[in-house]
Amino acid sequence: MDLTFTPENEKFREQVRAWVKDNLPEEWKTTNNALDQEVRDRINQKWDKKLYEGGWAGISWPVEYGGMGATMVEQLIFYEEMAKADAPSGLMHGKGLVGPTLFAAGSEEQKKKHLPPILRGDVIWCQGFSEPNAGSDLASLQSRAVIDGDHLVLNGQKVWSTWAYLADWIFTMVRTANTTPKHRGITYVLVDLRTPGVTVRPLKQIHKEAEFCEIFYEDVRVPIENVVGEINKGWYVAMHTLNNERSTAYLSTPIRYKRQLDRLADLARQTKRNGRPLSEDSSIRQQLAQAYIEVESFRFIVYRAISTRLQGEGVGPEAAILKYYMSEMEQKMNELSMSIEGPYSQLLWGSARAIEDGYWPHVYLGNRASTIAGGTSEIQRNIIGDRVLGMPR
Amino acid sequence: MFNFALNEEQEMLRKTVRSFLEDNCTTEFVRTMLDDSNGYSPKMWQEMADLGWLGLNIPEEYNGMGMSMVDLEVVMEQMGRAILPAPFLETVMASEAINLGGNEVQRQLYLPRIASGELIATLAIDEPEGYWTAGAVNAKAVQESDGLRVTGTKLFVPYAQAAGLVVCAVRTAEGKCATEGITLVLLDPKAEGVTITPLNAMDEAYRLCELKLDGVKIPTCSVMGEAGKGWAILDKVMQKAAVLAAAEAVGGAEKALEMIVQYSKERIAFDKPIGSYQAIKHRCADIFVDVEATRGSVMYAAWAQASGAADAETSASVAKAYASDIYVNAAQKILQSFGGIGFTWEHDIHLFLKRARRLEMAYGDASLHREKIAGLWL
Repeated sequence: MDLTFTPENEKFREQVRAWVKDNLPEEWKTTNNALDQEVRDRINQKWDKKLYEGGWAGISWPVEYGGMGATMVEQLIFYEEMAKADAPSGLMHGKGLVGPTLFAAGSEEQKKKHLPPILRGDVIWCQGFSEPNAGSDLASLQSRAVIDGDHLVLNGQKVWSTWAYLADWIFTMVRTANTTPKHRGITYVLVDLRTPGVTVRPLKQIHKEAEFCEIFYEDVRVPIENVVGEINKGWYVAMHTLNNERSTAYLSTPIRYKRQLDRLADLARQTKRNGRPLSEDSSIRQQLAQAYIEVESFRFIVYRAISTRLQGEGVGPEAAILKYYMSEMEQKMNELSMSIEGPYSQLLWGSARAIEDGYWPHVYLGNRASTIAGGTSEIQRNIIGDRVLGMPR
Repeated sequence: MFNFALNEEQEMLRKTVRSFLEDNCTTEFVRTMLDDSNGYSPKMWQEMADLGWLGLNIPEEYNGMGMSMVDLEVVMEQMGRAILPAPFLETVMASEAINLGGNEVQRQLYLPRIASGELIATLAIDEPEGYWTAGAVNAKAVQESDGLRVTGTKLFVPYAQAAGLVVCAVRTAEGKCATEGITLVLLDPKAEGVTITPLNAMDEAYRLCELKLDGVKIPTCSVMGEAGKGWAILDKVMQKAAVLAAAEAVGGAEKALEMIVQYSKERIAFDKPIGSYQAIKHRCADIFVDVEATRGSVMYAAWAQASGAADAETSASVAKAYASDIYVNAAQKILQSFGGIGFTWEHDIHLFLKRARRLEMAYGDASLHREKIAGLWL
């Protein structure tokens, strides 16, 4: 075990740090609460372009696709520095999900056409997997596509497509055959959202934001060359997307949660009940310490996942628990913030009495999605039970 | 080079320890120790010494292996899996205390004998009215011309009945704060005035004793370090002990989980193996997550101790608080999942539950360590 970085690593860290310091948007610094979806979206889009100009956009991408080919440790350092500076996360579906899927399963033409604009931040992508009747049981999805000459014709409905209202393209899964098992009749296809027959409708969520969208396909004609992999083999292609969703995306999270934790501690120091700061209340101290324990332990789960990758081994059991642990931990922290604020936790953005402009209750509500999106906690536990522990199905 | 994983030698050590304990420390063996008069096997103790484990942390100049806390962490996880009935942790921590706080003569005198297996050592810290903290140490030591004379009661002393040496915390002065005035002494448990009473502890595979000290004479040569400054040493040793107890807990929880996972594949209820029911599957998944998350925190804490990281103290408390909770929780829920058989003496799960309760209390429970974290942080 060794958690020290080499001098070269530290030099790299300095470069990243200096660049972030010089380039972090002023507007972002002043609206750090990022409670305003519009402002946040605008900044994220600008930030993706800025990263490209700075040469950082392809940090996690191989050199052959225009990336930096950075080592896992360099990627960790990069994301750590981004997190320390509270930098925007950008819109991650292109670089984080469809890009790596295309490296693994895309045709040469698809790579040539789609990868460069993703890197530049010119084209925004969204994901079209879930449906009203297919969430956790994704393989039962019902959106259909029939082959008509050199086109697929899509009909159906998708839901929970984050940032679809901003997006230019969608990577989506549709049923092309009625098979048993169901996942063998699914095709993975790239769709230009400007194609006639596509309707995107933002969906208002419990905290009044509308990042998620519904998408309707009505006789949408998509060239057959937009299929990734083969017809009816889309499920296996999607596995690349989902595996990526659970790997590099986590590199910045230990520090981001550490910062949340520090912020939570500040909240406890500044919130008084009966004249005494809650940071002196023994029950709150116990709960804060437990949050500290979990945030630290999450960091080590991430470190172990990185080390497994460094050793060239496949994804270890650490990866299976990443998402589940992170989302449960996050919700517990949000719940603790509500306990600390007491009756003030009821007040949202816009109320003069709200603490920190209603940041914590807003985040509390928004993060009720954490244990649902990207595979519910129940599904994660099934995966751990079935695939990691080998329990009977 | 950044790498959060064991190196090849450590992997090898893990395999060696596991294989030795799987052969020699089966639960059948543990059961024979429950009503053994020693509570441990002198033969196995000698074998462990011959394998170098009792000198793992002792510097080579005193016939030890000079290895690190990370290596000890590896060993302790395996001992936790095996519910080892022997004072390994206390002996190793006593040698750590002597190495850290003793003088050269004391090191020369005791460390090689501990490493060779000749001398079992233990720690006496807790007392009836307090435990885990400096304020607990009230056994009164009076300075005499040729040493100290100690009167008091030490409680929950592991394996005092088997030990040849007790590293004992006594109070030589009332300081402004409780950490001042504590002195560590090397007590001969056979000395005049020492009465050892075995306690009827739940975990019969881990003997606990009461030590009554009635005017016990401690010669000057058996006083460790400067009088009144013992807490600095003890605090360091207790941090390490907490990390290692946490490692033992992780190993135990891991093994108990393996037992229920295996059983869940075999036991049929309503025509299906019980492991196919999410009531059982999700519980096992949660325990797995707890074990893996805690293991990371324990590995880090061991590394932090070994490398002198700035957060070594906090991370020790992180590891111990977490491990205290997850092992008890795992053992209880696994017992529940076994159903009626899990409530029988014949089934092994109660051995794990009882060890979980022992380790929960060793070197501070979860609440104490969470408060320590809060104190260091807030």
